[in-house]
Amino acid sequence: MSESGHPAGRRLTRRGLLAGGAVAAAAAACAPASAAPDTAGRASAGPAPLPGGDAVEPFHGVHQAGVATSPQTFAVFAGFDLRPGTGRAALARLMRLLTDDARRLTRGEPALADTDAELALLPARLTVTFGFGAGLFEAAGAGHLAPRPLPAFKVDALQHGWSGGDLLVQVCADDRVTLAHALRVLVRDARSFATVRWTQHGFRQSPQVRAPGTTQRNLMGQLDGTVNPRPGSADFERAVWVRDGWLRGGTTLVLRRIRMDLEKWDAADRAAKEFSVGRRLDTGAPLTGRAETDEPDFAALGPSGLPVISEYAHIRRARVADPGMRILRRAYNYEDGLSPDGRPDAGLLFASYQADVARQFVPIQQRLAEVDLLNQWITPIGSAVFAVPPGCSPYGWIGEGLLS
Amino acid sequence: MTITIVNRVLPAALAALLAAGACAAPSGTTTGAASPAAAQAPASAAAAPLSISDPWVKTARSGMSAAFATLVNTTGEAVTVVAASTPVSPSVELHEVVGDGGTTTMRRKQGGFVIPAGGRHVLQPGGDHIMLMNVRTAVEPGAEVPFTLTLKDGRTVSFTAVAKDFAGANESYAPHE
Repeated sequence: MSESGHPAGRRLTRRGLLAGGAVAAAAAACAPASAAPDTAGRASAGPAPLPGGDAVEPFHGVHQAGVATSPQTFAVFAGFDLRPGTGRAALARLMRLLTDDARRLTRGEPALADTDAELALLPARLTVTFGFGAGLFEAAGAGHLAPRPLPAFKVDALQHGWSGGDLLVQVCADDRVTLAHALRVLVRDARSFATVRWTQHGFRQSPQVRAPGTTQRNLMGQLDGTVNPRPGSADFERAVWVRDGWLRGGTTLVLRRIRMDLEKWDAADRAAKEFSVGRRLDTGAPLTGRAETDEPDFAALGPSGLPVISEYAHIRRARVADPGMRILRRAYNYEDGLSPDGRPDAGLLFASYQADVARQFVPIQQRLAEVDLLNQWITPIGSAVFAVPPGCSPYGWIGEGLLS
Repeated sequence: MTITIVNRVLPAALAALLAAGACAAPSGTTTGAASPAAAQAPASAAAAPLSISDPWVKTARSGMSAAFATLVNTTGEAVTVVAASTPVSPSVELHEVVGDGGTTTMRRKQGGFVIPAGGRHVLQPGGDHIMLMNVRTAVEPGAEVPFTLTLKDGRTVSFTAVAKDFAGANESYAPHE
């Protein structure tokens, strides 16, 4: 058995050596010659991965991955509270550790000190994205740069255990085992510095069953995310990425845990469901159109003289005319088991990315909190805001601009 | 456990090392070649007989710890590492782990780590490792800890290992007689 039978593994191993430091060139040149017991060597063995298994999302770049990245099938959002006494220098150590873990794992290599190296070999488009909450800024002595908390919304029924957090680690992958391993590695390195406040797991329809780039269905059966900025477009750039200050190239994340009362939703008939949203359930088309992408005609009147799309319909209330002021929704469903009588604890991990929370997210949420027919069935029970720092180079680390 | 380090293990060729007091040497005084400049000069790896990849060290407040890395021999001849040093522990040994998988014991590696020409030698938990015998400066997670390896011919190779929390690498120690 040798590495040479598995080009992909071999390639990844070599790249690991290349990235391991400035000793790279010599290391790569000499890498194949050992007969010693070798975790990396063993880890390269095994059947060749399928294309989905060894698919890699680049970790390095101007922006962090996991925002513009086409959403993977699985996500976990982990919120941490910093331990008392974790100051700026400790935060820098923490973020260097976590960055190193992320850059290795996302290219399908074990982390340093990875005790389960084989679990790292199928990256499955793994991304690791970090966000900083207000508490982290305070701990770093940079409270003036902290993201502002959201105002209270009257629909909120927020639970402490799903809200807040000083540090966010968002891990996404098309494989759930890969995700579990990555989270475990990251948590092991974080827990000297922080305790886990909450962990929120989510899922979407996978790229194997629904073409990437098409709109997903949420657990209420709605096509969810039709009006979303398209990565690569000028509107996306404007809507999502911060353009100045230390956060330039970064963004902000508002993570809302929105519980769905699916039993109550069951009791509504199809017409009522479609009326509450303003779209058809089957095609996702606005009630005034034929296709999902048709522009809603908010002025159209029905036979009774009332608007076809209600004044209180979700899509009318959520509407933002300027595409560069929209939010990027990268939502995941959650379903955390059943009650004894079979009621699901289910809903949406509503992950909203935008350049400016106050100018983009808050006005939309305020309108929805005031009036939205959908509010009969959904309740925000968790809420957190994070600054998502820019990406880094192979020699940098996430948060360097704030913490170094 | 008290362990007195006498470098009986090391062959007489270590004039430079012995001059510096071997493992008992205060931090940063191994050889002239182990200057800060050398420690920070991996860019000159083409000239270095060993390149070091993926170095890390287990965190420790005090007592014992261990460091790991992959040592790659860039030359056409075997290279032997005979000693290691770090400022955080005045006493450092080169260890191996022996045993049948059920019970393992670590002990000093006779003759040091030999890396064949063009080959590599992996230091890892459960295998050969650099043993910090008496950590005096707490090794905090994420800290960057300098190390210097001394080769049989007296040359030195320096690197920086990142400190990681790690549950393993707890083999019992049998001082080698």
